[in-house]
Amino acid sequence: MNAALKDQQANAIVWALLLTMPWWMGAVGGYTELAIRVVVLGLAAMSLNFLLGFTGVLSFGHAAYFGLGAYGVGMTIKYLVASTPLGIVVGVATGALAAMIVGALIVKLRGVYFAMVTIAFGQVFFFIAFRWNEFTGGDDGLTGWKRQAIDLGFTKLDILGSDTLFYYFVLAVFAASVAVMAILIRSPFGRTLVAIRENERRARFLGIPVDQHIWISFVISCFFVSLAGTLYALLSNFTDPRALRWDQSGNFVIMAVLGGMRSFWGPLIGAAIFVVLQDWVSSHTENWMSVIGVFFMLIVLFFPRGVLGMLRRRATA
Amino acid sequence: MTQLILFNVFNGLIVGAFYALMALGLSLILNLSGVINFAHGGFLALGAYIAYTLMPFTGFWGALVIAPVLTAIFGLIVERFLIRPLYGRDPLYSLLLTFGLAYVLEDGARYIWGAQSVPYPIPAALTTPLSTEYFFLTGYRLFMVALVGIAVGGLFFILNRTRLGMRIRAGTLDLETVSVLGVNVRILRNLNFGLGIYLAGLAGVLAAGMLGLQPTIGTSLIIPSFVAIIVGGLGSLPGTLLGGLLIGVASGLTTVFFPSATEAVMYVMMGLVLLVRPRGLLGEEGRIQ
Repeated sequence: MNAALKDQQANAIVWALLLTMPWWMGAVGGYTELAIRVVVLGLAAMSLNFLLGFTGVLSFGHAAYFGLGAYGVGMTIKYLVASTPLGIVVGVATGALAAMIVGALIVKLRGVYFAMVTIAFGQVFFFIAFRWNEFTGGDDGLTGWKRQAIDLGFTKLDILGSDTLFYYFVLAVFAASVAVMAILIRSPFGRTLVAIRENERRARFLGIPVDQHIWISFVISCFFVSLAGTLYALLSNFTDPRALRWDQSGNFVIMAVLGGMRSFWGPLIGAAIFVVLQDWVSSHTENWMSVIGVFFMLIVLFFPRGVLGMLRRRATA
Repeated sequence: MTQLILFNVFNGLIVGAFYALMALGLSLILNLSGVINFAHGGFLALGAYIAYTLMPFTGFWGALVIAPVLTAIFGLIVERFLIRPLYGRDPLYSLLLTFGLAYVLEDGARYIWGAQSVPYPIPAALTTPLSTEYFFLTGYRLFMVALVGIAVGGLFFILNRTRLGMRIRAGTLDLETVSVLGVNVRILRNLNFGLGIYLAGLAGVLAAGMLGLQPTIGTSLIIPSFVAIIVGGLGSLPGTLLGGLLIGVASGLTTVFFPSATEAVMYVMMGLVLLVRPRGLLGEEGRIQ
């Protein structure tokens, strides 16, 4: 079987599963909110993987932009205009703007140092959300707002009243986002990113402005992570500083690794496994942190290629 | 006012000393092995809790000596079985592993010693103020600064005057050549990791007496330590020391004039340093790649 056909089959399976999820989720013991969480965090992990897997740059601070998106949408709806689409635009713009500034400061660093600085910068936004009580609600989180029905002119999408409708709204945003990322990865720009991942020095010798490409990749990645953050806040009509703390960043990275960093759909699979596991563990034990921690270590030691990496290796072996 | 400023600067100096002690350990491990030890804060908490557990039997001074050593031994074991398999792989993996380990250490401490803050008694001789005018100059605070000074002095003595330290410094520059010259690099990395964890354990024992002891004690110190490394200079231990003290004092000073920006100021400093001098104040050229 050739690779293109295989890719098409994989795409068909993924979309078929996603489109029908609200129907079979209940049958396997889940619920619609869990399905929405899978799609939203899957989008976050895939966005991170645009940078991690396809540019080869390790960011450990993506929760900051996820959280900025979340606070952006929440604060817009609460204080400015009760409009979901406008809130999303503001949230994404905030996250992307922050990424542009931070990205410009850190783009010269590589490897472990890049990772370290992204962790440290992530903490800035945590402290702002934590300290700026009057507006962000501080440690208690931002409450007192709800996602609003979307007026399309000819009809109203009541995404607040119907969970299933909200699921399809999220899925539509997800589809548009991953389509854009897929097109970017296939474009000459995306190929250049992969070239930088494979051999940065060679790419530099070929005259590619490497720093500039990494900056653009970082901003694109953070743009979509902010978008995921807005959806996450809309899902629970709530956000708190934990959405942008470093442990959330670690979760995104482990989702990407768990599913397979070198594949396009890998992080979505990783997110699905992680979300379901976390849901199950936190309802069964108080020591969920230990379980998740051990889970991290086991993946790193015994399963570093992730689910799709293993499958692919078995197929070629 | 002068007193208030002095008080906060001195406070900042102490907190900065903790950051520096943490960051020096992190830096040692990062420079030689290329591993960001996210669990460093977990080791710090472990050191403090071991001291807390030992204290009824050994007293304050015994715990101060023994606890960091036990923490370091635990660190040697962790390096041997969890971190060693990851050398030579993408640094992503060791970062994720220590990230998971940090979860386990924090949750483990909570499971064994409880989520509540536990009292950490310090000898009465150290708690009395030394001066009526400068009330903040308690014996314990001066003692902490002195002890951090001794620990840092000892570290630089080891690095500059002993065979082990010489090898660590050489390995930081070119591990392959050191290996070819007949040094067992595995043992070197193991001991170096232990040395870094010793510093974390010591910082934990000292911090517990001042900040109070709870499972999250290390988490609040780890990210400022990253900032200290970046500000001070990548690859440079004197730089790391300087960075830790600088951000500590800057936070202390900010507390006087603009309390809500206490934490933010160190990140502003980091941003400025990255803008003007990406390798950090005393950083070595070429390290940032």
